[in-house]
Amino acid sequence: MNYIAENEQPIRIRVELGNRYISTQQEEKLKEMFANQQNFIVDHIISNVILKQTALDWKDDTAIKLYNKIIRSGQVLNVIGDLLLIGDVNPGGKVVATGNIYILGHLRGVAHAGSDGNKSSVIAASYMSPTQLRISDIISRSPDENAGGMMECGFIDPSSDQIIMDRISHLARTRSDLSVFERRIING
Amino acid sequence: MGEAIVITSGKGGVGKTTTTANLGTSLALLEKKVCLIDTDIGLRNLDVVLGLENRIIYDIIDVVEERCKASQAMIKDKRFDCLYLLPAAQTNDKSALTPEGMIEIISELKSDFDYILIDCPAGIEQGFKNAVAGADKALVVTTPEKSSVRDADRIIGLLEQEDIEPPNLIINRIRNHMMKSGDMLDIDEIMQILSIDLIGIVADDDEVIKATNHGEPIAFQPNTKASIAYRNIARRILGESVPLQNLDQKVTFIDKLKKVFGKN
Repeated sequence: MNYIAENEQPIRIRVELGNRYISTQQEEKLKEMFANQQNFIVDHIISNVILKQTALDWKDDTAIKLYNKIIRSGQVLNVIGDLLLIGDVNPGGKVVATGNIYILGHLRGVAHAGSDGNKSSVIAASYMSPTQLRISDIISRSPDENAGGMMECGFIDPSSDQIIMDRISHLARTRSDLSVFERRIING
Repeated sequence: MGEAIVITSGKGGVGKTTTTANLGTSLALLEKKVCLIDTDIGLRNLDVVLGLENRIIYDIIDVVEERCKASQAMIKDKRFDCLYLLPAAQTNDKSALTPEGMIEIISELKSDFDYILIDCPAGIEQGFKNAVAGADKALVVTTPEKSSVRDADRIIGLLEQEDIEPPNLIINRIRNHMMKSGDMLDIDEIMQILSIDLIGIVADDDEVIKATNHGEPIAFQPNTKASIAYRNIARRILGESVPLQNLDQKVTFIDKLKKVFGKN
């Protein structure tokens, strides 16, 4: 196979494993083998199967967690994935989710969506008068004179990198990828 | 078998002790056998409000450490035969009492009394845990102020983790004119935030302070707004359905006339 000239562009290849599973170490090894011996670079390795644990984590990450309670002052609700809270978040209370936060109730406390860095997360509430909204690492404080609004939603405006508020009904325009099924496909 | 009710608030100075003394008095007026327990070890007040300070010989710590029996530490009220006080110690601190000790005392008292009212200290630490330990029910006292509602919310959260019935709310020190003008949180706003059942509202009344300083609970006087409010709460505790007090001043015909002629 040495007839490929030294200066020729490497060829990107895709390895299809079919219904086989290989570990990350094996993956590395495979890539190394190709890189050392031929003028190939493994672009990606595709397998029809994933570990059960990965699948469960994945499911956990995209599932909507439903809670039916009042988050009172001093209480913190931590959730992996999306949070659907039926109830209020009172001042001094806090809800944190790695995904989106939807509140069927009055948000008066702190809500932190995309807590592990997902900047496309949104926070929606039937009645929005939070002390603070946090999305990923961006924090916004409510204006000091704020009566709050019905059916509002906060998300990061990509152009200014700040949290902005809009009516929930307008969200479909800016975040059409919100629905879980579509997001799964994108992730996959 | 009696019922133990803890009166708590989180924030200090909202009227836990006054409420305890007055509900105790009101229940005694309704001929129930009542024991009041002060758990504010180190900062006892309930005895002063009831005017029983000079009668204290033993206190709750003496009972817990078995220097005396509960019946010896109990002080009979000077006005009623069915009202008793188990005073707090003034020399120890809150760590002298344990939740287990409280449960033991309360279960002993339950066989002798219809109601045991526990006056909880401010805060959410050891003192609160002690006070809540033996209780079956809780009353949360708040005033129409943001800070006090916030603390009440915290306390309700903590009470929900305990093994007791959902707490009821007393809104104390209501100033009707400020509520109307929007300078004070109104009852609806407070109820929206706390979302627990309201068991009574008590108007802010100078008479309460006067009565407290005389060591005579206001509930003993029949005609003030505050005393009627406390008596109503007591009746609601007994299971009666009593409508909420109307805090509006009565407008008489003369007042209306004065208004018409611009005098007031």
